[in-house]
Amino acid sequence: MFTSVMFASILPEILITILGMILLIVEPFWKEDQRRNSGWLTAGGLFVIIIISLLFGQPGEPVAVLGGMIRFDWLGFFFKLLFMFAAAATALLLMDHEKAGHRGEAYLLLLASLLGMNLMAVSADLIMLYLSIETASIPLYILAGFLLADDRSTEAGFKYLLFGTVTSTIMLYGFSLVFGLAGTTNIYQLSQMFADGEVSVLLVFSLVALILVGLGFKVAIVPFHFWVPDVYEGSPTPVAGFLSTASKAAGFAVIVRFFFVAFPAFASSWTFILAALAAVTMTVGNLLALPQTNIKRLLAYSSVAHAGYALIGVVAFSQLGAASVVFYLAAYILTNLLAFGIVMAFSQATGLEDLKDYAGMSRRNPLLALMMLSAFLSLTGMPPFGGFVAKVFVFAAGIQANYTWLVVVGILNSVVGVYYYLNAMKYVYLYRMPNEDEENHQIILTRPYAIALVVLTIGVILVGTVFAPWFSWSDAAAMNLF
Amino acid sequence: MNFPILSIITNLPIVAAVIMLMIPANRKNEVRGVALAAAIIDLLLSAWMYLQYLIQDMTGYQFIEQYNWLPQLGITFYFGVDGMSAPLVLLTGIVMFTGVLIAWGDDDKHVMAGIQDRPREFLAFLFILAWGVFGVFVSLDLFMLFFFYEIAVFPMYLLIAIWGWAKTREYAAMKLTLYLFIGSVIALVGVLAMYWVSYQNTGVLTFDMLHMETANFSASFQYIWFLPVFLGFAVLGGIWPFHNWSPDGHVAAPTSVSMFHAGVLMKLGAFAALRVGIMLLPEGAKQWSWLIMAIAAIAVVYGAYIAFVQTDLKYMIGFSSVSHMGLVILGISTLNHNGLVGAGVQMFSHGVMTALFFAVTGMIYDRAHTRQMSELGGMAKVMPFAAVGFIIGGLVSMGMPGFSGFVAEFPIFMGVWRVQWLVAVISSISIVITAAYILLAVRRVFFNPMPEKLEGHITDVTVMDKIAIFTLCFFMVLIGIFPSFMVPMMEKGVENILRLLGGA
Repeated sequence: MFTSVMFASILPEILITILGMILLIVEPFWKEDQRRNSGWLTAGGLFVIIIISLLFGQPGEPVAVLGGMIRFDWLGFFFKLLFMFAAAATALLLMDHEKAGHRGEAYLLLLASLLGMNLMAVSADLIMLYLSIETASIPLYILAGFLLADDRSTEAGFKYLLFGTVTSTIMLYGFSLVFGLAGTTNIYQLSQMFADGEVSVLLVFSLVALILVGLGFKVAIVPFHFWVPDVYEGSPTPVAGFLSTASKAAGFAVIVRFFFVAFPAFASSWTFILAALAAVTMTVGNLLALPQTNIKRLLAYSSVAHAGYALIGVVAFSQLGAASVVFYLAAYILTNLLAFGIVMAFSQATGLEDLKDYAGMSRRNPLLALMMLSAFLSLTGMPPFGGFVAKVFVFAAGIQANYTWLVVVGILNSVVGVYYYLNAMKYVYLYRMPNEDEENHQIILTRPYAIALVVLTIGVILVGTVFAPWFSWSDAAAMNLF
Repeated sequence: MNFPILSIITNLPIVAAVIMLMIPANRKNEVRGVALAAAIIDLLLSAWMYLQYLIQDMTGYQFIEQYNWLPQLGITFYFGVDGMSAPLVLLTGIVMFTGVLIAWGDDDKHVMAGIQDRPREFLAFLFILAWGVFGVFVSLDLFMLFFFYEIAVFPMYLLIAIWGWAKTREYAAMKLTLYLFIGSVIALVGVLAMYWVSYQNTGVLTFDMLHMETANFSASFQYIWFLPVFLGFAVLGGIWPFHNWSPDGHVAAPTSVSMFHAGVLMKLGAFAALRVGIMLLPEGAKQWSWLIMAIAAIAVVYGAYIAFVQTDLKYMIGFSSVSHMGLVILGISTLNHNGLVGAGVQMFSHGVMTALFFAVTGMIYDRAHTRQMSELGGMAKVMPFAAVGFIIGGLVSMGMPGFSGFVAEFPIFMGVWRVQWLVAVISSISIVITAAYILLAVRRVFFNPMPEKLEGHITDVTVMDKIAIFTLCFFMVLIGIFPSFMVPMMEKGVENILRLLGGA
């Protein structure tokens, strides 16, 4: 039987598939110089899909649909909206990419990956979960190595592929052990099995460790972060932005659902592992970001550090904790997309990506400089930008759960963050171009960039000031876990 | 009283900043005009608010507004002022107005006065700073207070690093930001701990400070968290031994930012330490007041002595700020009526006085291109208006009767004497040292014969500068002659604090 709830639960995915097909059909008929319109089509289509989903696809009470494969609830729905928004922004940013912008395949791969992420957020079954993770990852391997003529991009794609397949295989091994012990692959039945059965803590410990290898790779926590800087640096910048936001958030969606739902009985042991990982991740990410001179590598390490902050909310293992993680990811997606969008806009205009090339940027385009300031201050955790509130919520959840030491590690790390983010802004605002002739080197934003960046900036400020609606949604999502 | 005056005062700067950022960058005078208009409106509104409070003989928290922000976590926009914070709102209005005047760059003349490079961004960042400062002074919600507190921190970095003194600006700006950020995040941990414990004790999830005052934090909790919270905020108040960022920051900052920085930003630290540290954790304050008093006394004398040995005029004023802010902390640490009233008046008095000092120093530097006192002289002849202003500021600084400094310092020492007479004796040495360095500076800079190479290069100050100097002097003399302009209000604010301290 196919009911309307089933239909509503995968409405966005159906529409994304249709959008992908339209793209496939239309694109070959366009002339070479019209091909970049695929970006408008993708972004516009996703925008329409977001609206349709909000109108017709809102979940009510959490239900298991499609044979228990999918959980239809606010947690998944909110994440889906975030992913679709991120993909739309990425499509806009991709349009004026010199090598990839006019290739329809890039947008199609983006949509395919988006489809996988959407399913990751709602999977309620280990098999479904694994399939969706692979669906999300494989297109990203290709996108990371999309620039065939560029050795660094090829290296990025290959590195990402190798790390990705190895870690996901280990995770699959963990899944199979879980199935062997519990006799079910449904996440929502696992907790029962683990609570009833005589499972030793040590065994759960090792299961968690195996599964964390795969998920840790997706969200880039230490020690599974080695791929991050090289892949971000090599892949096309919008793809790096997508990797660091939607892909990371998808990993978190799985972590939150899987650990909160499947192992509540063993919370004390896995929160301990995650707390240690969070502390190490923040510290390593921030310290390694300090000496970076390439802006994409800087953002790569900063994205590692941010995974650590977000983990504090998971560690808290409370409704507020889960809500704060979701909120954190929402703020972080907007902020980091903005940061990568600016890097993309700048390198499209100048072809440069080093921190020192940003000298004099505020005189070359004051608006772009202000938007970069917003993004970086939000990453630092300064009000009135989204990053500040998100951090305060995560820290509040940590203190509520008596993880004061972890919060102290977190705040010390934010201080390190202040140094390198503000240092980057120093190039933008303080230093000048070698000949001090910024007037002759104005940066002009093309329309897709202007739209995407202004929308993102407004989003970052809105999340940081009018945060009640976003938090209500995050809270509704978190409520489904308990 | 339905007119939402406090939220207008607070949010006007950010509205003005956004408007300025939308004006094309090359239309500098339009930008300055918007800034000046906004500053005048804000000054008038805050003066009106202040006079209302004074004339109608109000008590407790007034002009209250409360709007939902995030009901689930008990976060609200909760505006309100009492006798302690109303003068500080007025102070911010004054410094904002004079700061815009001082930053008024003249694009045609060759005098390097004001801000000529990207004034749009400069004024916008300055106004974002003002937004944060107003927000802290008027908030009765702890989250809101912290939100605005952080807003006041980051524009400082940009203002100093971009428009500051080329020699030390990068170093000073980063040092300042890191100190302040570390202080504030440490305080944040304490604030969040208070939030949860208050929830446990009362069952209400709220950041409302008036509610938290009744949360019955246990003695051991207060004992543990008082120091991180108080010191975390007081770092911005320039408390010894965490004062190191402050003289460097003052010196590196452009004139109107120094005015803002020493004039109101340091009060932000002292105010937040008082509002959160003392008023929400009164038992902890009683336990630790001896330590706070000791380091404040050191700051007072040490700051004055270091100021005395400076050769650079701006460094001298920077260290004198450490000394005077030490007096504020000293007054707070007495936890008695006299000391707290004095501390409150001193916050206002020092804010106006030091803004004036920095303004005049900036005028001299813009013309003479040096701040070494040995290379200056004879300024009284060419810029008499500025000289008179500086001397009035000096008299205030020395605590001369008839000026606001006396109204502030006398009760502080009285309060300290009642707690520990020895500390009062030791810290009053600073008055002598202060008199010495101020008088020496006045002689060297204004009355010694002018060095030959400056002869003929120095022009008088502009009209904008004169208006600024006059405004600042006006308030110092006003309070000195009519203490009733401020002291009764402070007393009402202090009553509230003493009530929380158990009528000590």
